[in-house]
Amino acid sequence: MLELIQAPWPWYVSGALISLIMILMFFFGKTFGFSSNFRTLCAACGAGKKAKFFDFDWKSQQWNLLFLIGSVIGGYLSANYLNNGQPLQLAESTVADLKSLGITFDGQMNPLQLFGIENLFNLKGFLTLLGGGLLVGFGSRYAGGCTSGHAITGLSNLQWPSLIAVIGFFIGGLAMTHLFFPLIF
Amino acid sequence: MKGLKFIIAGIFFGIVMSKSEAISWYRIQEMFRFQSFHMYGIIGTAVAIGVISIFFIKKYQLKDIEGKVIVIPDKEKGWKKGIFGGTIFGMGWALTGACPGPMFVNLGQGYLAFLLIIVGATIGTYAYGVFKDKLPH
Repeated sequence: MLELIQAPWPWYVSGALISLIMILMFFFGKTFGFSSNFRTLCAACGAGKKAKFFDFDWKSQQWNLLFLIGSVIGGYLSANYLNNGQPLQLAESTVADLKSLGITFDGQMNPLQLFGIENLFNLKGFLTLLGGGLLVGFGSRYAGGCTSGHAITGLSNLQWPSLIAVIGFFIGGLAMTHLFFPLIF
Repeated sequence: MKGLKFIIAGIFFGIVMSKSEAISWYRIQEMFRFQSFHMYGIIGTAVAIGVISIFFIKKYQLKDIEGKVIVIPDKEKGWKKGIFGGTIFGMGWALTGACPGPMFVNLGQGYLAFLLIIVGATIGTYAYGVFKDKLPH
């Protein structure tokens, strides 16, 4: 059993469990959506004094911050106890494409070349990480949600704005991957 | 103790995101290059089961653990925010390989550089809050 859990999970198991989490949150009386936490963090830091958008009772969102803390713990447990040490099975074509950009596939979850701690201390690495975060934070709030709020919950609830947002996610993702990656890397 | 269930749900989320490899920068690249079905399979399965579940939750007016009928809020109307905001989000998703949840799961995985991405995302959210009324929605 443990061996089965330690191996990577097939997409249909993962997909089913993600919808289970969404349903679980409904039964807890909440709506699954992760990016709201950034708004809550801003509000908790006193941003409500500067902008109306953050002037709300952030303590009512504490449940989502607890979910956030749990997700960090879940990542830790997975990396340290639920891992069989096998390299990630990435498509050959992706490995080749990344190689032509100068990014070597290392079999890990994320390339250390881009996410190793030393990237915090060189200008390009620093700007890429900070800038990427800025885009995600600004964009998710502007769009009114992220992958969990729009692509999972919103699409499941047949929301038009969510379908439009998901189309936007792909326009941006495709543009970054195919147009900007050759310029950045 | 009321909060404990949210921490446990979060832990479960972190494990699912890790074991599905949806937090992997490589997998997101594979997705945006249409070189694997993996991510599409995950999102497709989640949405298919989600649509059916929400249909029954609404049809039978199921109640949450506090006994209140489950209400799933509609998303705010408007297409500009979806296209503009979504495109900006997508660029960041491809660059960092992480949407908001996976940023924190990756931090737990030991990729400490994600702290800077998280700082960026918080500043980005703050910037949106400040400029919100000047943006087309």
